[in-house]
Amino acid sequence: MSLTVEHYLLLSAALFTIGAVGLVTRRNVIVLFMCVEIMLNAANLALIAFSRFHLVADGQMFAFTVMAVAAAEAGIGLAIMVNIFRHKKSLLVDDLNVFKN
Amino acid sequence: MTVEQVLFYLFAFGALAGCSGVVLSRNPINSAVSLVAAFFFLAGNYVLLHANFMAIVQILVYAGAIMVLFLFVLMLLNQRDEELGKRTFSIAPLLGIFAAAVVSVTIGAGFMSYRNATANFPADVPVSFGTVQQIGRALMTTHLLPFELVSLLLLIGIVSAVVVAKRRL
Repeated sequence: MSLTVEHYLLLSAALFTIGAVGLVTRRNVIVLFMCVEIMLNAANLALIAFSRFHLVADGQMFAFTVMAVAAAEAGIGLAIMVNIFRHKKSLLVDDLNVFKN
Repeated sequence: MTVEQVLFYLFAFGALAGCSGVVLSRNPINSAVSLVAAFFFLAGNYVLLHANFMAIVQILVYAGAIMVLFLFVLMLLNQRDEELGKRTFSIAPLLGIFAAAVVSVTIGAGFMSYRNATANFPADVPVSFGTVQQIGRALMTTHLLPFELVSLLLLIGIVSAVVVAKRRL
């Protein structure tokens, strides 16, 4: 039994699940960001697996775009985090409750 | 087991272990380092899928640029390890199990409906598949508009990162 597209899709699904679980369980904003990156990478893996499956390079274009979006997101998000830390002296989501009540 | 399968399982379990390390380790620096390892394993998987250019970009952009940015911010902010000591009761683990169940069931249902289709990869891959030449040609012809939009997005990203992070313009 050789490798099929399902192997890669299962791996992608598992990685996505790990990222989603991390997103709801962790409290540090930077770690939440890393979990989003894991989920984006899981999507990239599925896209590239389907690109290989259909022998069409368009999937790799999508993955390329996702990487660029992730880079821009990381730049802006980390700038926002630096600002949050300046105001709150903390990066735990429990402390970021200005909108509560 | 062929060489390809051995490599796939090696890279797959490496990526899974790295991503689990991100979620499970309590120190954010450890999370960042295991994420770098996971990105390298994913790049190996991309090579197995004949996406050589994407593998290189994965290492350069993700493991290189983005993770350096993460580590830089982690060390710049230098938080006291507040997550290390404080272990208050929270519903977060229950929520995590619930999220895992929901995501797994959703994806599993998708798999079940897809089950009958043929899933084998086509055996003969063109030599040019996934090379820099093919990707570059596609980016400059059929995918020119998304490419330009991405460059605009990155420009906006640069400008807004400076605007947000700067104390006073």
